[in-house]
Amino acid sequence: MENYFLDNKDLQFTLDNLDLEEAVKLREHNFGFSKKYDHAPVDFKDARDSYRKVVSVIGEICGENIESRSREVDMCGPHFENNTVTYHPLTQQNLADLTKAGVMGVMLPYQYGGLNYPVSIYTIMTEMVSRADASLQNLFGLQNIAETIAEFGTDEQKNAYLPGFASGEFDGSMDLTEPDSGSDLQSVRLRAHQDPKTGQWYLNGMKRFITNGCSKIHLVLARSEEGTSDGRGLSMFICEACPQLVVRRIEDKMGIHGVATCELQYNNVPAQLCGQRRRGLTRYVMSLMNGARIAISAQALGIAEAAFRLARKYASEREQFKKTIDNFPPVYEMLATMKTRVTAARALLYEATRAVDLRAVYTHLCDTLPADQLTQDIRNKQKYYNKLAALLTPMSKALSTEIANSVAYDGIQIHGGTGYMKDFNAERYARDARITNIYEGTTQLQIVAAIGGVIQRDAEPRLKELMSLNFSGKLLRLKDKVATMLEKHLKAIAYDTEKKDSAYHDLIARHLVENETFIYVGLLMLRDALLDDSREAIAERYILDAEPEFQKNYLKITCGDLTLIDNHRDVIDY
Amino acid sequence: MTVSYTVIVFVKQVPDTQNITGEAMTPEGTVNRGALPAIFNPEDLNALELALQLKDRYNAKVVVGTMGPPNAAEVLRNALFRGADEAFLLTDRAFAGADTLATSYALSCAAKKYGKFDLILCGRQAIDGDTAQVGPQLAEKLNIPQICYIEDVIKLEKGKITAKRAIEGGYEVLEAPTPSLLTVIDSNIPRPQNAMRIMKFKKAKTKSELIKANSTYTDANERAAEEKRLEDKDLLIYEWSAEDVGADKERIGFAGSPTKVKEIMSVVLTATDTKKVEASEKGISSLIQELINDHTLG
Repeated sequence: MENYFLDNKDLQFTLDNLDLEEAVKLREHNFGFSKKYDHAPVDFKDARDSYRKVVSVIGEICGENIESRSREVDMCGPHFENNTVTYHPLTQQNLADLTKAGVMGVMLPYQYGGLNYPVSIYTIMTEMVSRADASLQNLFGLQNIAETIAEFGTDEQKNAYLPGFASGEFDGSMDLTEPDSGSDLQSVRLRAHQDPKTGQWYLNGMKRFITNGCSKIHLVLARSEEGTSDGRGLSMFICEACPQLVVRRIEDKMGIHGVATCELQYNNVPAQLCGQRRRGLTRYVMSLMNGARIAISAQALGIAEAAFRLARKYASEREQFKKTIDNFPPVYEMLATMKTRVTAARALLYEATRAVDLRAVYTHLCDTLPADQLTQDIRNKQKYYNKLAALLTPMSKALSTEIANSVAYDGIQIHGGTGYMKDFNAERYARDARITNIYEGTTQLQIVAAIGGVIQRDAEPRLKELMSLNFSGKLLRLKDKVATMLEKHLKAIAYDTEKKDSAYHDLIARHLVENETFIYVGLLMLRDALLDDSREAIAERYILDAEPEFQKNYLKITCGDLTLIDNHRDVIDY
Repeated sequence: MTVSYTVIVFVKQVPDTQNITGEAMTPEGTVNRGALPAIFNPEDLNALELALQLKDRYNAKVVVGTMGPPNAAEVLRNALFRGADEAFLLTDRAFAGADTLATSYALSCAAKKYGKFDLILCGRQAIDGDTAQVGPQLAEKLNIPQICYIEDVIKLEKGKITAKRAIEGGYEVLEAPTPSLLTVIDSNIPRPQNAMRIMKFKKAKTKSELIKANSTYTDANERAAEEKRLEDKDLLIYEWSAEDVGADKERIGFAGSPTKVKEIMSVVLTATDTKKVEASEKGISSLIQELINDHTLG
């Protein structure tokens, strides 16, 4: 029996050591839900036991059922005819399995049929689904849509849609991108107008590259304020599949073949406003996208995990020069780097989900507690976790999706010529990974999202906390290395701040974010080695590999070289 | 919708012969259970799935039962996670060492103890013994009709079942009056365990487990109250001893088992062809003669 949870030591370690007690306690209303719902946990131990049992079941579905269907899904994909998308029968079976397992509303509140799980646990599931079939994650991972309705919708909207999402009856799509609005969503043009008599909203226009655009329930970003051209003229709408909403075509993509990516035409589609007018992009879509970024980070990590394992297996079986190739230094170096990167990305991802979970519960408290119970401590925590989540989400997405590409790339390399052939999944992983650092915001945009928090030192309290753990021996020596990096990093930030040159700042932002990542992840790896000494080697590997990379970035940041800004045209246009 | 039919599914916890972690057999020739993780017998999962489909189609009540050591409650919880409504565990040292005859007798006592039912479903056979005898023997003891090798139920009505049974190269459709017993083959994909049901029914316990988990009970009333609380939440797994089901001590366990294991051999099958025997008096006689000649019979 293949089980993607039970065969993954690092993922089990992650779940067992996830510091979720505070978030779960608040999410479960101090475990008061257990009085109303038989399945709600009575304490944290009970909750964690359920998480473990449930993710084990999902691990089995992924390892046994979904993986075995993934090749055919990749080769055939969905069928499109007469403006109708029909998913591959095996994709439909995958969704049926997950629906029967009752995990289509993992994070939704109990009252709507959800499991009320924190995003950290949902992320473990998305990671495993993606390891089995990355394209299925694009369907399973759309639960953020229901989450967004749960957070911002009216009670009527919640009652109308959430039970359907939780039971798997409804699927969703986030209709954001347009032909001329990709990274720049502020320029969205799809028009929303209100019938002055009835107050009914209607949508008109085009959307492009819409993942699962053939869904039943759409969340649509549209321009509701006539005469505006920026983000503040946009609102969010909910609409249902109907004859006026036409799927014009589906894209022929490089990877994630199992899911349909649609071009949509809105011909006066009736819609409901979700949340307040003008806050569509600034509040709701940003929230939706942040959830989606965590999901894509997990998708990338799942692909990387699969790619590493395949390469590892091949290298231990393939013999050349009378020995298996994993005995050759250039090959085992690649394997060690791949494994270290996967572990690092996982450490940062679940650090990010923890912050997101804590942000969610403290934000909920701030929004719902009566004024006399809303303490300064709660407010401070909300602010702190809000900033930490806002920093860690793009940092994690940038890291996971970039390493997924490098791991999948090296995975092919280890397979040699065989890896270039379609007989192995190595090439599929590389194709599937390639989108992850593009959609839900390119890596370049993740840097833009993260750099503010790096400069403002939003993670400083957390880094101090990790730095003060009781390290000794080798771990202490490694921690000192990280401490030295942090000192230099602060100097580099000061250098950039003092320079006050926006072009230069934009140019070196990536190096700063990368260096922040090296330090943060280095400490997380050391923390984990403290919990389990068999992880010492991997923490050491990470930090020793990070050191020269950090130094390179540091030199680039502090060199003050403006020649690229001055001469890039001469170079590009020669 | 009110419950229309009651379906009992008999299941078995078996050693996982696919994932052997050590020596599968003890020097004494019995199964070394320590080396083999315990799993839900695969075809019993198919039987359970068929029962759950009857629940989906007819709102049937699905009751799952097993005979085994106290930890066989695990397989019952697994069935509850997948959708079963009720569970009972037949457990008693006196049941130990049972062959198929003693097992089917014990299960027949349990079925009678349970009360009224419309169908009993069993997996065709268990992967540890591979006898495929318990289901048919159970039907005989309960004196109800049996249909073996079922792929699917076509229709369940009051007093009648129509089912599809696999035969070589095809299938046949059979009817039987109910109550009756069906043995089910690997013909469906068992549904996965459901998250919400796991969260609830992981707390389902047998009486023994309840006592073990709460060793601080001072009096019987306290325990009975806890049992009642679990039962009200459908979280009590009924636990029955030989006495509870009124089983004759002479007919259960080792004492009630005429089968004696003489020798165990590891046989590697070398024949690749199947042999077709004419379905006639002549064909059967020649087969029997052949079996007598090589000492398989007699």
